[in-house]
Amino acid sequence: MMEQTDNLIKLSNGQVLSKETIDGDIATINFGPTHPATHGIFQNILTVDGEKILTSEQTVGYIHRAFEKLAERRPYNQITPITDRLNYCSSPINNLGWHMTVEKLLQVEVPKRVQYMRVIIMELARIADHLICDSIIGVDTGALTSFFYPFSEREKIYELYEEMCGARLTTNIGRIGGFDKDFTPVFHQKLKEFLKTFPKAFEEWNGMLERNRIFMDRTKGAGPISAERALAYGFTGPNLRAAGVDYDVRVMHPYSSYEDFDFTIPVGVNGDTYDRFMVRQEEIRQSLRIINQAYNNLPEGPFHADIPEFFLPEKKDVYNNMEALIYHFKIVMGESDVPVGEVYHSVEGGNGELGYFLISDGGRAPYRLQFRRPCFIYYQAYPEMISGANISDAVITLSSINVIAGELDA
Amino acid sequence: MTNNTLLDALQVELGSKIITSEVLYDTLVIEISPSEAFDVVELLKNDAALSFNFLTLIGAVHYPEEKGRELCVVYHLHSWKNAIRLRIKSYLSQDNPSIKSLTPLFDGANWQERETFDFFGIQFEGHPNMTRILNMEEMDYHPMLKQYHLEDGTREDKDDRFFGR
Repeated sequence: MMEQTDNLIKLSNGQVLSKETIDGDIATINFGPTHPATHGIFQNILTVDGEKILTSEQTVGYIHRAFEKLAERRPYNQITPITDRLNYCSSPINNLGWHMTVEKLLQVEVPKRVQYMRVIIMELARIADHLICDSIIGVDTGALTSFFYPFSEREKIYELYEEMCGARLTTNIGRIGGFDKDFTPVFHQKLKEFLKTFPKAFEEWNGMLERNRIFMDRTKGAGPISAERALAYGFTGPNLRAAGVDYDVRVMHPYSSYEDFDFTIPVGVNGDTYDRFMVRQEEIRQSLRIINQAYNNLPEGPFHADIPEFFLPEKKDVYNNMEALIYHFKIVMGESDVPVGEVYHSVEGGNGELGYFLISDGGRAPYRLQFRRPCFIYYQAYPEMISGANISDAVITLSSINVIAGELDA
Repeated sequence: MTNNTLLDALQVELGSKIITSEVLYDTLVIEISPSEAFDVVELLKNDAALSFNFLTLIGAVHYPEEKGRELCVVYHLHSWKNAIRLRIKSYLSQDNPSIKSLTPLFDGANWQERETFDFFGIQFEGHPNMTRILNMEEMDYHPMLKQYHLEDGTREDKDDRFFGR
């Protein structure tokens, strides 16, 4: 909100300006809610002095769908499709994070093979997420080609999802306890092909932007945030790492066997748009390393945990086996018993620490489920990041912090 | 640092301010009275050894049956130095619930407290802009409270015995 006292204007970054320093008039413009450069439905009311942004007021909630309320009425396995619609650029991470939360509540140990399969799927999702985010920074700096190149690669990742779960965007991948099926021969073949061709395609695309003079001039110094401010605002994920803090949930609280893999956490220095871009690019390379390690050492074993109360039996058993029929009915009707308890579990999502705070009273649906949505928490720093900048810098700052409307508004 | 050593350290620092404490799954949970919650979080943040430097999450839970303590504000703190999480709960009464805002300590608390206000009606004292965030301004109730059912209560085809709460 623009606070005006007689002659002074307080900017969103706390700085105070005297009105006399402004030539001409102060204008108010709407950046969003349906502006092509916002990449989602959220509004920023900017007050500008010419091209220079003085203050910004955010409006969020345009696509609020009451996920937390919905979750209080759904059996645990029916909550997975809700998580798809949070950060829909990397929905498998949300799905598998939710499964792991429920498994933590049930105290189920999943087989090593499942953990490795999950790592492969989650890292593929991270690559897809970062590809989109980084290529959109290209678009907003005027380089449309860099947006189209990675789409053919993302398509290959989506084909892999499709092979595993039949869906592409809102994946609903996996089950509580594991996966509904093992990696299929087509999946193996496509993954091998992807691992072989992607590094070359990625470096080719990366070469268009990374040392491109125009791209660097536009992104360096745009929308910077210091490590201290980023921490105060609760930044996590690549945006925090770009500011120079090496916090990563995969390393601090390893889940799904991340401790088995050798990878590094890239960090930036200035916390500006260029650093955020560079951190994501390096994370794509690291994700590839993780996938290669997980795939080459994929343990043998079952593709799901032995929890008949939660993992649907095979269809042929449902017809021929009494117990399987009972379990099938109980799972579909949401009648499986869940222990009383409360857990917090978090995974490293595409744009930060994605957490699930689950309270169960033993009923068929959670008593309370709260999502820690990383972009909801860090998006509030946006006015501070852009005040004093040009409008065009505000656009690339917004695309580089990877704000996803679905996750922002829940 | 394990949950047990953390609890020992907290008992030295906070003493009788800890009303109850228990380890639920992998996290230590302590209950603090609402009037002391701000001071406790400030102390934990600034303590060099404990160093709960990061506010992970603020939320609330509604327990309509527990008279006098219907609303529970839940803070998740994270100490990166010790790689350990801590959950702090403060129970409030449903009539005129209010608790001191954490915005002076963490800027990231701003929207999370607005969201908690929006959905549970809890007032955060000292918050710079205590307004709704995800729902529209005109709304006259706080939808995450348990008395507001997700579906129309007059419908008979969706019996709670078969379709959950």
